Amino acid sequence: MIDREQVLHVARLARLRLTDEEVERMAGELSAILGHVERIGELDLEGVEPTSHVVEVANALRPDEPRPSLPREVALANAPDTDGEGFLVPSPQA
Amino acid sequence: MIELTAKQLADAIGRGDVSAAEAFDAYRERAAADDLNAYLWVAEERPAVDGGPLNGVPLAVKDLFCTEGVPSQSGSRILEGYRPPYTATAVRRLAEAGAPLLGKTNQDEFAMGSSNENSGFGPVRNPWDRERVPGGSSGGSAAAVAAGSAPWALGTDTGGSIRQPAALCGIVGLKPTYGTVSRYGMIAFASSLDQAGPLTRDVTDAALLYAHMVGRDECDSTSLQHPEPIALPTAERLDGLRIGVPRDALASEGVEPGVLAAFEATLARAEELGAQIVDVSLPHADHALSAYYVIAPAEASSNLARFDGVRYGLRRDADEGLIAMYTHTRHDGFGDEVKRRILIGTYALSSGYYDAYYGRAQQVRTKIADDFRTAFRSCDLVATPTSPTVAFRLGERVDDPLAMYLGDLFTIPFSLAGLPAISIPCGLSEGLPVGFQLGGPAFSENRILDAAYALEQAIGFEPLEVGG
Repeated sequence: MIDREQVLHVARLARLRLTDEEVERMAGELSAILGHVERIGELDLEGVEPTSHVVEVANALRPDEPRPSLPREVALANAPDTDGEGFLVPSPQA
Repeated sequence: MIELTAKQLADAIGRGDVSAAEAFDAYRERAAADDLNAYLWVAEERPAVDGGPLNGVPLAVKDLFCTEGVPSQSGSRILEGYRPPYTATAVRRLAEAGAPLLGKTNQDEFAMGSSNENSGFGPVRNPWDRERVPGGSSGGSAAAVAAGSAPWALGTDTGGSIRQPAALCGIVGLKPTYGTVSRYGMIAFASSLDQAGPLTRDVTDAALLYAHMVGRDECDSTSLQHPEPIALPTAERLDGLRIGVPRDALASEGVEPGVLAAFEATLARAEELGAQIVDVSLPHADHALSAYYVIAPAEASSNLARFDGVRYGLRRDADEGLIAMYTHTRHDGFGDEVKRRILIGTYALSSGYYDAYYGRAQQVRTKIADDFRTAFRSCDLVATPTSPTVAFRLGERVDDPLAMYLGDLFTIPFSLAGLPAISIPCGLSEGLPVGFQLGGPAFSENRILDAAYALEQAIGFEPLEVGG
């Protein structure tokens, strides 16, 4: 189960603002979902290796050779704000 | 022309019965006139095409594939108007093979959903019944193919997002073996599960489209070369094929009687074609849904951290400082389901909860892969209904996220194990299509396609009338 405080804590970690109404609603919805998910706690998984990836590919390496990348103006083209050389962001101090 | 399958259209163009330009214009007109909200963007003119084995048969592409200079928003307001500087490998390969981009199709936001109601650009209607959902998350692709506003379409499947909408719209959908199609240029949801695949009118079209998108890609280090060339299916009989049915899983959950009846009738047809139906056990299938709804949100919470109002898309309240800009942008840009999954994923990965949720879910994933390995000692393919229900009404499940998740019950185990599975239409229940899911071991696409083809001929499913 997950309460208001936990929802707010997780939302802060995720950099996600929530309105009071959303916090209330999410606490209920997330509790229902986690209640279902917690059924994996019933299983005996002692010694079972975790699977993070189903394909057996280990250390897929490629030669570390320079190759053309996006031109700067193309990389910046979709940004909300730039100075022509980089992405502009608001001050963390504001 | 519209009533032709994609393969038939390619052949007709090859013979000179119709030109590629005529075909493109006819579909462009139908896509532009789409009233199901299946399309988010339609090409204004035919892209330059230089032949290729697919002869210019146009392709509808799910919004989350990056397409150079063309809106690619993954169904999200946070990416509204985003025009990527490059094209996804799968789309590029198909264009080079002669399947030019017809349009971008609607989807659940970031592929999170089973009804297409989570799109930031409005829901899609099911062409069989406009008051019902087309399924999701590739709902626009499925609806476009079923309604004849595209000859075929590209979708993605993370926990069922190709197979379930194909089932609900009465068409064919193939989720290939994980890694056999490049993920480069797919806007990521859950990277260890996301897989591109075809949505088509028949099994032959699915084989043809898959054959031209498959293969290793330098830009995706998890991509693999398929060990076999993908062949067009030809099987008429199923002699010697052992089809496993996980009876426990079918009995224990809320499968609609009409869905079960169509499923059983299809098994009987398989037997008539020479297949042997055997019972198999997938003892951990019951926990697959729980594991999935930890793993997929966990990966999503990480993948979606990039939407922060800095490099592309929406930006809110830049004058209130950096953190406020981040948090307000994400609040306004993401829909409810995306917020829920980000919160679940962040919670499951957070300090003190990681082992109980994410760690255990990854162990369950191992058990599910083991279940399939054991099952495939006594059978060649595993069959289930694709979805426990037919298409449900718009709005019916939006207030109950868990009920929505339960619809993915039969598709998720294959996803967690990275295995290929197809959905083919196998009949109607209450006048709505029912999907039959057939899955197999890794890289068994040729066998799956052959078996699905033989069944398709025997079933003789009547698709929606799309001629004219």
